[in-house]
Amino acid sequence: MMELFNSLFSDPEVLEVTLLSLKVSGIATLISLVIGLPLGTLLALAKFPGRSFMLSIINTGMALPPVVVGLAVAMTLWRSGLLGDLRLIYTPAAIIIAQTIIAAPVVTGLTAAALQQLDPRLQLQLLGLGASTPQMVLTLWREARLPLLAALMAGFGSVISEVGASMMVGGNIKGQTRVLTTAIVLETNKGEFERAIILGALLLTITFLINYALTWIQQRGAKQR
Amino acid sequence: MTALLEIRDLTVCRDNRQVLEINALSVEKGEVLAIIGPNGTGKSSLLLTLARLLQPEKGDLRWDGMPLSALNPLDYRRRIALVLQEPLLLDASVFENIAIGLRYRGLPSDEIRERVNKWLARVGIESLSKRPGARLSGGEAQRVSLARAFVLNPELLLLDEPFSALDAPTRLRLLDDLKSILNETNTTTVLITHDLKEAARLASRVAVMLQGKIVQIGSPQEVFANPASADIAAFLGL
Repeated sequence: MMELFNSLFSDPEVLEVTLLSLKVSGIATLISLVIGLPLGTLLALAKFPGRSFMLSIINTGMALPPVVVGLAVAMTLWRSGLLGDLRLIYTPAAIIIAQTIIAAPVVTGLTAAALQQLDPRLQLQLLGLGASTPQMVLTLWREARLPLLAALMAGFGSVISEVGASMMVGGNIKGQTRVLTTAIVLETNKGEFERAIILGALLLTITFLINYALTWIQQRGAKQR
Repeated sequence: MTALLEIRDLTVCRDNRQVLEINALSVEKGEVLAIIGPNGTGKSSLLLTLARLLQPEKGDLRWDGMPLSALNPLDYRRRIALVLQEPLLLDASVFENIAIGLRYRGLPSDEIRERVNKWLARVGIESLSKRPGARLSGGEAQRVSLARAFVLNPELLLLDEPFSALDAPTRLRLLDDLKSILNETNTTTVLITHDLKEAARLASRVAVMLQGKIVQIGSPQEVFANPASADIAAFLGL
């Protein structure tokens, strides 16, 4: 077993698959942050008609089944699909699109929740001390920095371990779109359980590190109160 | 005295309900005007309106003779300072909490340090400068909140029941300190309170507010000696 473990780590394919997983999920999480932070802030702080409806859509989106997202993205990017001309199906870009759709509601919903936990009178207080609206929002983000970081990590956690969408829109092509989760499915299907177990352990280590960091952040936040 | 702020025919609604109807009220330069009245009578709505954080339905508000609407809201808010009942301190050091309004105004850091240090000393919390805002007692936190407002050298200070959440001895000490700071700085102040003693101790004029209306204005002695109606007398406990 130890021998296999060593050979796996010296196996360039394992390294390649791991790096692609981190890259694809990292980019999808960053795009989700760019979308989710302003949108979640708007939903938490602004009052406009349809706000509750939008919040419930986002909350539903937080539990989107990855295979359903995979189906929708595959149909859109398929050669005969709406964006078929872009020829993105079975590319890392397709996986990034699908993972962004999965992670963005998570980041948005948790951002809104993080800001709604702050005392609503704090906004009045900051404005009453001469903050412009952008300065007020920056101060609120700073106040909610720990739960916002948790939102980001939860977004990453939701896509790094996702398999359905990556398989459907990425196609698990060796050297191109094979990521940790799809590689595990393939090895299992081939009966290469040891290899699958080690890839699984690698994925588990990554998700453990994320959750460990999340817990540490939350504990630090709790201690400060 | 000349008026810093004049209000005529002001109507304010919240949640489709009229909460304020004020025919005339002025805040003179350098005075401490206490707005007193029972809870839920619209005092805080008045303060938020004066801070331009609540939009009136109608009304003529003038700042130094000029229509308030002619002033950019942000420029206006940078001439005033607001102190609420809860200190609502940020998750940062005491120093940073006091500096926040100066940072919003983009002042150079040397000037910020100098002004914050001056007010840390003036309100007697120099030793707490580096302590996190969350680890202060109620009285200490309210001192930070006052320093955070005074450091801005506001032309108008708006205080919304700043001492009501404090125990009696702490409140008395803070009242004395605030009184001496106000005398020293001559800051025009509107103080919202339901505590008559607090009003009598700090204010040069008192406006009694009942059900969203100003029903009597005068010096504390006048108002307490000659309430204009039975309702006012009842509120004053006479």
